[in-house]
Amino acid sequence: MIAYIGRRFLWIIPVLFTVSIITFFLMHAVPGGPWDRDKRLPQATQDRLNAKYGLDQPIYIQYATWAGKFIQGDLGPSYRYTDRTVNEIVADGFLTTVQLGIMAFILSVLVGIPLGIFAALGHNRGPDYVSTSVSIIGIATPSFVLSILLIVFFAVQLGWFPTGGWKGPQYWVLPTIALAGFPIAVIARYTRASMLEVTRKDYIRTAHSKGLRDQAVVSRHMIRNALIPVVTILGPTLAFLVTGSFIIERIFGIPGIGQFYITAISTRDYSLLMAMTMLYAFAVAFLNVVVDVLYAYIDPRIRYS
Amino acid sequence: MATNTTVVGTRVAKPKATSGPWREAAGRLVKNKLAVVGLVIVALFLFCGIFGPLIAPWPYQVQDLQAVFANGNRPLPPLSPNHILGTDQLGRDLLSRLLDGARISVTVAFVVQAVIILIGVPIGALAGWFGGRIDNFLMRLTDVIYAFPDLLFIILLSVAFRETAFGQALDGLFLVFVAIGLVGWVTVARLTRGQLLSLKETEFVEAAKAIGVSDRKIVTRHLLPNGMGPIIVAVTLGIPVAILAEATLAYIGIGVQPPRASWGSLIAEGQKFIRSEPHLVLFPAIFIALALIGFTFLGDGLRDALDPKLKGKQ
Repeated sequence: MIAYIGRRFLWIIPVLFTVSIITFFLMHAVPGGPWDRDKRLPQATQDRLNAKYGLDQPIYIQYATWAGKFIQGDLGPSYRYTDRTVNEIVADGFLTTVQLGIMAFILSVLVGIPLGIFAALGHNRGPDYVSTSVSIIGIATPSFVLSILLIVFFAVQLGWFPTGGWKGPQYWVLPTIALAGFPIAVIARYTRASMLEVTRKDYIRTAHSKGLRDQAVVSRHMIRNALIPVVTILGPTLAFLVTGSFIIERIFGIPGIGQFYITAISTRDYSLLMAMTMLYAFAVAFLNVVVDVLYAYIDPRIRYS
Repeated sequence: MATNTTVVGTRVAKPKATSGPWREAAGRLVKNKLAVVGLVIVALFLFCGIFGPLIAPWPYQVQDLQAVFANGNRPLPPLSPNHILGTDQLGRDLLSRLLDGARISVTVAFVVQAVIILIGVPIGALAGWFGGRIDNFLMRLTDVIYAFPDLLFIILLSVAFRETAFGQALDGLFLVFVAIGLVGWVTVARLTRGQLLSLKETEFVEAAKAIGVSDRKIVTRHLLPNGMGPIIVAVTLGIPVAILAEATLAYIGIGVQPPRASWGSLIAEGQKFIRSEPHLVLFPAIFIALALIGFTFLGDGLRDALDPKLKGKQ
């Protein structure tokens, strides 16, 4: 088991390596360079800047230089925000993005799982329809539409929350809801299906027939077993929340790192773009491994070798 | 009568290999209310996508400037004369633009899934059939793609090739299709592999091998058709994902280029007028929602219909 876990975690390294190569070369295939401004810089200045940052070197040397620094934890200088290093930019924004992602994750789990459970317990009755409608709305409303609607209704019309910014808890509410809308729906659907599946199992019939109270059957046997498969989607969900928040960050003007991704591409800010991609890829790969391991841990029927 | 029965009897014993299980599945599908709702929405969606420009009251790029001017340079509200859903600030008919957007979404739905099938099925089939090293290599490849932040990779790809002929094809949409497809094939590849792995051990494959059918024929004639069900379901459920991805990209200004507008870019444009003219955001949002719901219901229904054992499982 420990060997298995070790192997899975070690496997993240070649994955990140491949991701970095693909991104690095794709990124340099984007026409233009980091010095393209509205007012064209003189060629001599550009040449000097290129020489200073090593951009005049062959591309594989640039990659090797980048990789060497990356391994030592140096993400390089930002070509656009020249007074700051990429490490500083990432350090500033990353916590905000992670905070938003985790808040949305907690909200999706706290709402999605009970919603799915109630739907299954009231199968084909009122609770099921309410819960199913909520998940249909969640699936059918893109996060940017949900954001616009939330802003118009709760920020502009009712004035309960600010329209954007990130200065305190009241600023957190709308972006968190907007980001959590889709995962709530997915988790609720998944939980409902898993609960319905468990309801038909023999051990539930046994529990009922040996005279356990309904409540005990539900809480001790059904929910515990039904949540096992739900764990598998939590990893991708968390990864989606951390990496997928850039649209929400843009709409609500949140100073996370997501907002830098698109600007990093359009301004050819190579080192910032690389840092973001690696961070995201690491988050996705890492969370997937954690979930696989967790899955084996909570479900004794599964043993990896 | 007696002779007749025997004839019928032999027919029953040798049913047409293709129609039986599929017809049964179709029967189960039409009994499922949600699936039928999904099917109707999808049919409407396809109709709008294919015939939209023919039934649209205006060409999508024509500006009815007089009407807008008469309205004090403001977008026309819904139910205006000549513009049933109103216009945008340039006097372009919203319904006509939505119908053109439907054409974009339909294209996204099918081209992306075609890319996904063309990449995913062969890779999954190779991995599942040969196993061993090839399997290992291909599955590690899917790990890498899986770790790529999807939307970010699509954005990078779209920007990197925007200036090339490839990037200009189909008003800039072709690139978006390929990019979405390139990150989306992993699920289908893994599913195909799993199906092949489990079917490989069945008796009918052993029988085919025993009578000397070639490997290629076993995979294409026996394994793939039998393992199709889950792949069809995954592809159907992948359609809303692709539509959503395209709409999101269009919303942030990547992909389709003006004057054409996808539902996502219509929302981005309408957002400026959200307080006075909410219909400019609401109608595209409703169209997106319907398309997503339609394919989701249809996909869920197909899953239940194609594999009754899995009924209710998501």
